[in-house]
This record gives sequence, structure tokens and C-alpha cells, in this order.
Amino acid sequence: MTEHKNRFLKYLREERLPHIFCPGCGNGTTINTILQGINKSNKDFENITMVSGIGCSSRIPGYVKCDSLHTTHGRALAYATGLKASNPKQDIIVVSGDGDGTSIGGNHLIHAARRNIDLTLVCINNDIYGMTGGQISPTSPEGTKATTAPYGSQDKPFNIAEIVKAAGATYVARWTTAQPVQLSKAIKEGLENKGFSLIEVISQCPTYFGRKNKLKTPTKMIQWMKENTIPIQQAENKTPEELKDKIITGTYINQPRPEFIENQDKLIREVSTIDPDENIRKAYGGNIE
Amino acid sequence: MIYINEDLCKGCNICVELCPVQTYQKSTKINHKGVCVPEHPDDTKCVKCQLCTLSCPDQALTVEDD
Repeated sequence: MTEHKNRFLKYLREERLPHIFCPGCGNGTTINTILQGINKSNKDFENITMVSGIGCSSRIPGYVKCDSLHTTHGRALAYATGLKASNPKQDIIVVSGDGDGTSIGGNHLIHAARRNIDLTLVCINNDIYGMTGGQISPTSPEGTKATTAPYGSQDKPFNIAEIVKAAGATYVARWTTAQPVQLSKAIKEGLENKGFSLIEVISQCPTYFGRKNKLKTPTKMIQWMKENTIPIQQAENKTPEELKDKIITGTYINQPRPEFIENQDKLIREVSTIDPDENIRKAYGGNIE
Repeated sequence: MIYINEDLCKGCNICVELCPVQTYQKSTKINHKGVCVPEHPDDTKCVKCQLCTLSCPDQALTVEDD
């Protein structure tokens, strides 16, 4: 078996496999699409740093053979901002879940988007808190059941892509794990975009979301996603009733504007006598180009 | 040719669902890990689009040119 190796295994820490995710979890597919996105983009795999918070999806950086940082709950974007500011030459991918990214770290999310920091956020939205036992998350659609909502959720869910677009991100896209080709293309575009990029991945959690909502198997969840997906171009002509409980996929915005780190760099060079390049070199003990 | 790494496959059957030419089939045979690994009785059906290797959550699939 050893000579026939899956094409993504060379980027993964094989001694840790098989990974901890449940059978049919969308996180595994997202790993593949991130790796394919890096491969197809003009970025170097050696120059990538992955940052994550807490949650099922936040275990992804632990399986990828690149520099990785596993941080406190919801603060992955704050750590990533620090990393990017300390060495603007590295490319940073932040992986977070819907609870970690939009609930506990919601404030960091909107402000990272507002400042337009050059980070790529892959937000895996499975509509539930999977790791802690299936509680309702801010993105659970109305009426869906969970351990903390046995009669169905009564709150209006967050629309992550629209929030981040409104907050000022320069690249926002949403795809499902049933569309891995489009998803990897979006990750490639997000990586190449100079500014804050969000790729929202609608993912399946058969163990908690599926079991509570009559979609027990991974294949049933994939079918449910396929049936409820509408491209963003078609959604424009539809009424809110027609779009209820539908997943609107596509590129929400792709509009570059001045980036935070670049602005800071420009300002330092204008008003200060300190050379930022020399400063970074010194901080790394001269071991950096 | 299609190769499935039985040490990694968790039997989620996503490849059965997503394959555009129905190369994979659900299986009822339980392997050494207690998993029903999908079958692929006729590899000539495969068009090598690599959609299964991209979507396999457990990195268990390999599709090679003959």
C-alpha cells in the first residue's frame, strides 16, 4: 500500500493520522481544499503559518506540516494579527469554526475585517458546537434541533459572509464541502488577495447536527447541502421566502483596498528614522532574508 | 487504478455520493478496523477527475493513471 500514496499525505504529519475527526466530518475535506488552494496559488507552502483557536476545526493546523499556532478560544485572529505585524512576509491562514470565529471571537472577526489585515480566514461553519456536545451555535438555522434546543432554535442565525463583507473585508466567498473544487479555488483567490479574506465553508457534522436533525449519515448531509444550495447570481432574483433555509454560495465580494500592514509600513518609513526591514532582521537574530 | 488505504478509511461513503460516474459502491464487508470500506468493482469506469481524492475527509484514496 505504501507506494500508492494519497496526493495530500506529503503535506500532513502522517504519524498523527488517522485524524481525530468523526467519520464523514467536513474538516478532512477542508484540509484537502486548503492544501490544493496553496498548491494552485503563487504562495510557497514553506512560507505558510496556520493559526487556530479552539474547536474541532481548530485541530487542523496540528495535522499540517507547516508552522502552526494553536491559541486560546476565539483569539486566533488576534494572534495572527501579531504574527503578521511582526513579520509581514509570511502568509497566514487562520482556521476557525463558527463558534470560535463568530461567537467567542466575533469582535476580533469584525475588526480584523474592518482594518483589512492581510490574513486568510477559513471559517468552517457546521451550524453547531460539535466538540462540546452539540449545543446551538450563533449560525444554527431557525428551527434546527440541538442538545440545548430540543424544541428547535428560535433565534435568527448569523450570516457570516454578509457580516464580514459589511465589516469591510476585501474577499468573501462561501462554498459547501460538497463543492470542493470551487472551495479550493476560493482559498487560492483568498490567499492571493492582499487584505482580509474570508472563505466560509458550510460543512457537515453528522455526529451532532445530523443526528439531531434527521440527517444521520454523512451522505444524507451532503445530499441536504446539494439540494439547498443556490448560486449567488440566482439568489438576487428570489424573494426572502424562497431563500429561507437555503445556502447561498459564491463570491460575495472581491474588491481590493489599502491593507493595514502596508499602511503601517508606509507611515513608519515616512515619520520615523527606524528601518522596518532592519528591525525585523534584528528581532529574528539576523536569520531572516 | 483506485487504491483505498484501509488504515485511514472511516467508511463515510462520501466518495460513493460524490463520484460523478458511480465508480464506488457501498459495502457490507467489515475490515480489520471494523469499517465497511467502499468497493470499486470496475476501475475502467473512472474518469480520473480526482474529485474523490479532493473530497475524501480521511485522505484514504489514491487514483493513479493506468
